[in-house]
Amino acid sequence: MSDQTSPAALPSGAPILSVLMPRAEGLVIPLAALLAGALAFSLFLLMVGKSPTAFFGLVWLAGFSTAFSWQNTLSQVSPLLFAALCVALPARLGLVVIGGEGAIVLGGLAAAVTAAMVTGWSAPFGIAVMVLSAMAIGGAWIAAIGALRIKRGVNETIASLLMAYIAIAMFNHLVEGPFRDPASLNKPSTSPVADTLRIGDMSLISAHWGVAVGIIMCVLCWVLIEKTTLGFAARIAGDNLRAAQVQGLPVGRLVIGFTALGGAFAGLAGFFEVAAVHGSANASLIAGYGYTGILVAFLARHNPLAIIPVAILLGGFAASSGLIQRRMDLPDATILVFQGMIFVAILLSETAYGRFRVFSSVYWGGR
Amino acid sequence: MDPVEIGIWGVPLAMLAGAIRVSTPFLFVSLGECLTERSGRINLGLEGTLIFGAMTGYAIAYRTGSPFMGVAAAALAGAIFGLVHGWICKFKGVNDIAVGIALMLLGTGLAFFFGKPYIQPVAPKLPAIPLGAWSDIPQVQAALQVNVLFIVGAVLAVAMWWMFRSTRVGLVIRVVGDSTDAARAMGLDADRVRLLSTAAGGALAGIGGAYLSLYYPGSWNEGISSGQGLMAVALVIFARWNPINCFWAALLFGGAGALGPALQSVGVTGGYYLFFAAPYVLTLGLLIATSSPDRAMQGAPAELSITK
Repeated sequence: MSDQTSPAALPSGAPILSVLMPRAEGLVIPLAALLAGALAFSLFLLMVGKSPTAFFGLVWLAGFSTAFSWQNTLSQVSPLLFAALCVALPARLGLVVIGGEGAIVLGGLAAAVTAAMVTGWSAPFGIAVMVLSAMAIGGAWIAAIGALRIKRGVNETIASLLMAYIAIAMFNHLVEGPFRDPASLNKPSTSPVADTLRIGDMSLISAHWGVAVGIIMCVLCWVLIEKTTLGFAARIAGDNLRAAQVQGLPVGRLVIGFTALGGAFAGLAGFFEVAAVHGSANASLIAGYGYTGILVAFLARHNPLAIIPVAILLGGFAASSGLIQRRMDLPDATILVFQGMIFVAILLSETAYGRFRVFSSVYWGGR
Repeated sequence: MDPVEIGIWGVPLAMLAGAIRVSTPFLFVSLGECLTERSGRINLGLEGTLIFGAMTGYAIAYRTGSPFMGVAAAALAGAIFGLVHGWICKFKGVNDIAVGIALMLLGTGLAFFFGKPYIQPVAPKLPAIPLGAWSDIPQVQAALQVNVLFIVGAVLAVAMWWMFRSTRVGLVIRVVGDSTDAARAMGLDADRVRLLSTAAGGALAGIGGAYLSLYYPGSWNEGISSGQGLMAVALVIFARWNPINCFWAALLFGGAGALGPALQSVGVTGGYYLFFAAPYVLTLGLLIATSSPDRAMQGAPAELSITK
């Protein structure tokens, strides 16, 4: 992908395929893995006596066929984009951080709590304060994991998952205790966000602004990683931490910065869930987006641009879950099984890189 | 028999009882993970194995009427998950930590998928041994109702320690865990040893899951595990890859998990969620205290990706 020879560097007259095919490897292998995962899942459905064609037909129907189903899908996409960035950014530095769920719920809570403080403010300022507090909390939460890794050598994967459990416990404690709106009887919630501070739908497509912001952030992150010296330094550190340290790269600051940025995005996901979807912070915020985001990031091979189509695809699957349950009489965990199988297939496909000569530049007459 | 008023002594007693009750799944999962990690691989998917084991154990116990059949089935299911993990990790370029995350997701999904019909039915429970029969105080008697699996786990911890120290099998696992090259030079098939160690580790995690659904809390539902499988992985690091330390660490974690309910039983009800988070905070604290940025962790298998 990024480390391939750029076209300009090749001698003139080199066959075009010698340039294209090495680049295609990063696209063909994940797609093949996705297909293999879907095939394995189809076999699973056949084994439990259900029709795979009916399943994928319903996914198409509920997720992608009409304007209404697209609206359904896009409503899932925003948190997935942000949650995937929270995995992908640290991953470029070689860190497997999978506790984005914690930063999402705490970010959402921070947005809801600050909303109550700035109720009288005009929208741009009030919303800015909510966004900043959500991103600050989310960023600090995940940056702490990066700092523990750098300063103490604590394994970031385990620490991030533990911190997600701690975050959810704190969230439940605060929502059912100090920040509870006495008017929320059956479902403990914070005070509702004032209407002036709510985020509405975009005018062209009926999805909230979180989708557009998420897509823009993915593009910006791609620019950051692929086109800036900072991103270049991060990629060096991701390939070989020791070598980067020897070269004098500020590895510690890079790790803390990238984890903070990823966490800030997860916090932003929480902000949009509160300000655009739920209207207050409550248990609905703990919806597992952080975990699906892990799959999105791995499927996109931690490339922020690839996160966009993958998030839309998996968002469509999640959006069709309800219809699949009703029409096919399948449990709601069906989507979880499907995701798990795709995840296993995509990890297995990592071994395929560099094994097929078709993808090598030399095979097509290049260098 | 009426409860005797034992006042504040109820808290440590309830914590001891809780520690024994709550620690068993920690014990099995950490012993399983200890075995796997000693062979040089980390299986982060034991949380999924635990949940799948809980479902399988409950379903089979309900179908056959025998809780021990349930435990056996859970062990078998766990071994299959371990085999899948070990098989996938055999391939070059595959990250064992990521595979664990994927199998955590898949195991949880499959458990919820197949477990739906078993949320309502009641399966027979595993029996307990009344070790507190000598006492007249009902609280003490209740506290010392010790499940057979706890005793099996304790014996297993000692057996595994002995296996690593003085048997050929233990030596083979240790060599493979410390150096793939040395293992190859000795004519050992490292992938095969790791495959079998991961399968055996998975079987133990499956048994831990069966304990959850067949004894304490003693029912199958989708919230049956609250990260015990994951905490057990951290616990192995804290226990320095020593099975006997795993036993003590599991008891400690069980005690931390029992803190909330024990305080509730004497009337302290505030901060339920915060006490609920105590084991996670404890795990994280121990992880921070025992990790080090510059030197390899003492006692760690050299081939383990988590310490590299």
